[in-house]
Amino acid sequence: MPGKEKTGVLNEDTLHATFWGLVVAVMLSAGIYFGSRRLRDFDPALVSYAGASVFCAFGLAYRYAMWLRRPPTRLYWFRGWQIFLRPSKLAGNLMMFVRLFFQSFVEQRFIDRRSHSRWAAHWLIAWGCILAAMVTFPLSFGWVRFESAPGSQDVYRAFAGGVPVFSFRLDSPIAPLIFNVLDVAAVMVLAGVFLAFRRRARDRGALAVQQFANDLLPLLLLFAVCITGLFLTASAHWFRGLHYGFLSQLHAVTVIFTLLYLPFGKFFHIFQRPAQLGVAFYKQAGQQGPPAVCHRCKKAFATAMHVEDLKSVQRQIGVEYELEGSGHYQDVCPSCRRQTLALAQDMAWRDTRRPGSTR
Amino acid sequence: MNGLGFFLDYSRCIGCQACVQACEECDTHRGRSMIHLETIQRQDSVQTAPQICMHCEDPICAQVCPADAIKKTPDGVVQSSLKPRCIGCSNCVLSCPFGVPKYYAEIDQMMKCDMCYDRTSVGKKPMCATVCPSQALAFTTLEEMQRSRQGHAIQDWTFGQENVRTKVYLWVPEETVRFQIDLVQIQGPSRIQEDRNDVAALLED
Ligand code: SF4
Ligand code: SF4
Repeated sequence: MPGKEKTGVLNEDTLHATFWGLVVAVMLSAGIYFGSRRLRDFDPALVSYAGASVFCAFGLAYRYAMWLRRPPTRLYWFRGWQIFLRPSKLAGNLMMFVRLFFQSFVEQRFIDRRSHSRWAAHWLIAWGCILAAMVTFPLSFGWVRFESAPGSQDVYRAFAGGVPVFSFRLDSPIAPLIFNVLDVAAVMVLAGVFLAFRRRARDRGALAVQQFANDLLPLLLLFAVCITGLFLTASAHWFRGLHYGFLSQLHAVTVIFTLLYLPFGKFFHIFQRPAQLGVAFYKQAGQQGPPAVCHRCKKAFATAMHVEDLKSVQRQIGVEYELEGSGHYQDVCPSCRRQTLALAQDMAWRDTRRPGSTR
Repeated sequence: MNGLGFFLDYSRCIGCQACVQACEECDTHRGRSMIHLETIQRQDSVQTAPQICMHCEDPICAQVCPADAIKKTPDGVVQSSLKPRCIGCSNCVLSCPFGVPKYYAEIDQMMKCDMCYDRTSVGKKPMCATVCPSQALAFTTLEEMQRSRQGHAIQDWTFGQENVRTKVYLWVPEETVRFQIDLVQIQGPSRIQEDRNDVAALLED
């Protein structure tokens, strides 16, 4: 099957993905350089975080580009955008996007329908991480910095790209929130990690299929990042900086390791998952068109667009469902496939009982 | 799996639904049955046939999955979709040659038979094969099958021109070495009038 021969393609895929990885890494480096006003706002103490982030960006773009090389992924990705950006439908699509974004991303209700504890764990981890990322990345890239106002030690000012964006008094109620936002995030993530571990330790289904590298390592990494982060706070506030230097290095190691793991492990689903929204648009567009009618039972079983697209994906990957004479197995609905198999087995047995058969 | 194999023999099915019920008990998809119990031709016949995942060597469901959400374990069991990855597109549902994966809209996810991985991975029989009274679904040794039934087991299928090899065996007459599905099988053969009790003939109405 020519379509299944992958060896030559692999190198081309790797080159392509490396190219995109480099483009994104260079773009992020440029973003750090210019966003920190040519490194004037860049905190050299955070250089290892920034470096790991650039590597992480390379890895993410590399893996994403690799992923997009898969024919079915490529088809959905481009079709999804094509359908979304149709000028006549753009306004409606944007409305739908906002709704879907809220339901699937902000609320994550589809996980709740699987189980409440799974949802609670996922929601806490996801939002804890997003909160932490919103603070730490701009800080370590030098895009945001804080300093006391020139006239008063009691007023703190925040700058983004060198431009003052807001200021607050140290005795105002928002000050402790701002200073402790990473602790809030860490507590959220820890609560989520605890719930996830609890489920993974008790659920027999999860126990049967979970793997260390895929399912437990990410939880352990999150735990390590959060707990070392909280130790830092505890050291600074309650133990007068006891072991602060060591703890901050330990924390850096856990964060950097997590950043390096991000593109290659389970966390990659954060970047893969938005494709779910594309599928929703694809399904809607398909339903507005004609249905695919089963060759055998003559009933509608999918959208014509989906079936035709699948045939083209199958051609690309070398699945040859073309039937002898004419017709295509893809035009047979799943139920008729199952019935056909049982009938064909019956036919095989009947043939052996035909006159002239030796049985 | 210590010489144990999974054998499917559609023609033995008596439609008792035991497999469907037992499947719901499986820990990896509690409350949802992954078995399709097909009523072949509702009007004329009571014949039913179960369909489980055949655990293909090079699963087409996984090949067409845009999210790379379907993985095979080293022991050849094709798992249900990875929950963080599956984006609910139904490519696998439409492409599986055996019509196996199920799409659940409420959770926007595909689920399929994983050969009761919680059980088979520790040497137990799958739920369905444990309860099937006619052993249309049998999880046993090849020797035991040969001792108790006519025919033999095959793993090779052709759909159109696509060759598929499965981990699960189909029980067929000795003469059949490869199971071919083409237009003839899909449309059914010409009806054999003389034997009204021949279920297969009746089904072709
Ligand atoms: S029978 Fe269908 S669902 Fe099972 S492995 Fe093969 S293609 Fe995938
Ligand atoms: S429904 Fe899920 S598992 Fe099936 S092809 Fe789509 S993304 Fe893959």
